[in-house]
Amino acid sequence: MRHIISILLENQNGALSRVVGLFSQRGYNIETISAGPTEDPSISRITIVTESEGVEIEHISKQIHKLINVIKVSILDENPEGAVEREILFVKVQAMSRAVRDELKSLCDIFKAQIVDVTPELYVLQYVNTSAEIMRFLEVIAKQADVIETVRSGVCGIARGEHALHL
Amino acid sequence: MTMMSGAQMLVRSLEDLGVKHLFGYPGGAVLDIFDALLDSKQIERIICRHEQGAAHMADGYARATGKVGCCLVTSGPGATNTVTAIATAYMDSIPMVVITGQVGTPLIGSDAFQEVDTVGITRPIVKHSYLCQSALDIPKFLREAFYLAASGRPGPVVVDVPKDCVNPKKLFEYPPMQEVKMRSYNPTRLGHRGQVRRAAKILAEAKRPVMLIGGGVVLGNAEIKVRALAEKFNLPVTSTLMGLGAFPGTDRHFLGMLGMHGTYEANEAMDKSDLVFAIGVRFDDRITNTVSKFCPTAKIIHIDVDPASISKTVMADLPIVGDADAVLGQFFDAIDELKLERNDAALDAWWQQIDKWRAVNCLKYKTDDELLKPQQVIEAVYAATGGKAIVATDVGQHQMFTALFYPFSEPRKLLTSGGLGTMGYGFPAAIGAKVGCPDACVCLITGDGSFQMNIQELSTCLEFNIPVKIFILDNHTLGMVRQWQRMFYQGRISSTNLNYNPDFVAVAKAYGHEGIFVEKPSELKAAVEKALAMKDKLVVVDVLCDTDEKVLPMQQFGGSMGDMFLAD
Repeated sequence: MRHIISILLENQNGALSRVVGLFSQRGYNIETISAGPTEDPSISRITIVTESEGVEIEHISKQIHKLINVIKVSILDENPEGAVEREILFVKVQAMSRAVRDELKSLCDIFKAQIVDVTPELYVLQYVNTSAEIMRFLEVIAKQADVIETVRSGVCGIARGEHALHL
Repeated sequence: MTMMSGAQMLVRSLEDLGVKHLFGYPGGAVLDIFDALLDSKQIERIICRHEQGAAHMADGYARATGKVGCCLVTSGPGATNTVTAIATAYMDSIPMVVITGQVGTPLIGSDAFQEVDTVGITRPIVKHSYLCQSALDIPKFLREAFYLAASGRPGPVVVDVPKDCVNPKKLFEYPPMQEVKMRSYNPTRLGHRGQVRRAAKILAEAKRPVMLIGGGVVLGNAEIKVRALAEKFNLPVTSTLMGLGAFPGTDRHFLGMLGMHGTYEANEAMDKSDLVFAIGVRFDDRITNTVSKFCPTAKIIHIDVDPASISKTVMADLPIVGDADAVLGQFFDAIDELKLERNDAALDAWWQQIDKWRAVNCLKYKTDDELLKPQQVIEAVYAATGGKAIVATDVGQHQMFTALFYPFSEPRKLLTSGGLGTMGYGFPAAIGAKVGCPDACVCLITGDGSFQMNIQELSTCLEFNIPVKIFILDNHTLGMVRQWQRMFYQGRISSTNLNYNPDFVAVAKAYGHEGIFVEKPSELKAAVEKALAMKDKLVVVDVLCDTDEKVLPMQQFGGSMGDMFLAD
């Protein structure tokens, strides 16, 4: 089952590597990971998407919490009110003919994606949505144009409602 | 205002943290620290012959004294040589601080001479680690390191100190000692009150209970309350290797060690119990045998300070997170409040059953007039030391024989690498214990394989006058591996013969110590007594033992707790 783990930790040397290392050391998988500082620069926040079966997610959560730098851990999808998750996709596509350009523009309008870079031969499209929607968008785009490269930010998530991860 | 260099602050911090003994080995990156150590009146340096030895010494010191062990080594190979010892301490939750030198901060990442990513290499085997970026990090990180090492579930902490941070020419104001507070680290001490009350009721109602104790009872200094609880509810008690001594080995409640080489009565009692009351254990695979067949009729109450240890392998029916001693204190409160009494009728029947298992006498073995059995050596050491010695072991058959035939009656008397199973651990650990407890009789029980893995520390013992007694159960083989080859590999003996051993007595003498060779059973008692009588001498007693003796009982793979091979 897919889980989204949110981790609040000290913004210190090596803190991220301890979290990542824990996953490989204990045989857990990381599907996506994103990290950055919070409104308090001494604290970082990491969002990890993982696949795990049964009670394993509890072990993962306990092991992360055991890391000395980690302040709080939350499994976002266990929040009764659910969670919001988003990812950013950039996709560079070949856009030479008028027909392709028009088609890409109209798909971007439908999906509420943006064209963020244009050359005579290329478009860079930006799309923000859930991982599942990003996959759908990518499939649709790939049918209309040649994809040169893609990059995804990894999931960034936050709980809906009252639940919050802070000090 | 006291102005100090980073090196001086390092030494002063260790002094303020109460360090009296520092194990270590000098080198380029720690020259300034060793220089500053010359001026310390408080800290005695014990210099090993290989850094693995220094870190195991700190570990043995910590296990024997309960204090944080500390060692100091140089960068690069100095640091990597401690890795096995750090992993050993990590697996057994031993409080230890390892200070490693590092190349100067401008050189980090440049593949400089004797540079290695110490924090990276040790990351999976430490409780926590620090890389100092400036001199003022040193006192801060050391204080945190000692606090982390000793609190909660203890463990090793590495503090990596780049050379420019200890530059003697740069002076700083030494920050006064303060209580360590970390917002991201608050170990749970007291258990959940409701859970404790529920558990106490289950314990009082149990008809076939077993108390299972582990290293957490030793580390948490909970032995007095464990004993009181066992007496209050007339509980049979069994122990993991790491818990031995936390309950008196000669007490009638004690069933012996459990697990792969546990006693018949301990494993059978676990298998047939209706309640396993577990304190400070982690249910590792040497305890449970096949997890799916583990104690099928038992409820599991699991007390541990580390929430990640609970329901990791064996699902707990009733988990309690907290410090062993504090939680047991809460148990007595709950027992009084709820006026719980033991169920004597059920317990009497349970003890009758246990006594039948005991009557099997699973530790019996055959003696021979010409050739010593390893069990006899342990029994002789037990008799001659009155069971009072601190005993370090290495890993293998001799380790299991020690666990089974030397009934420890106090915690912190058995020093053994339980989790990692590190051959070469015992000798330096014994040295550390003797340094920490100079008045105690410290014995090493080792094998001819294990002893050669850190034999160089004989030189350390001469330099620092550390008179440990060494008993080599010399069977000219890696006994435990050979046992498996004989039992599970059709007797195909592959690479386990040790036919090129040195003359251990001559080795001892070459290093300036005493040595005694024991060839016949008739010589054993006198030799052990003679060795122990030479109080100020390190004595190596090389005892020729039966190559083919097996450690039994032994659990059968794929079976339950109670499925065991027994001696004929």
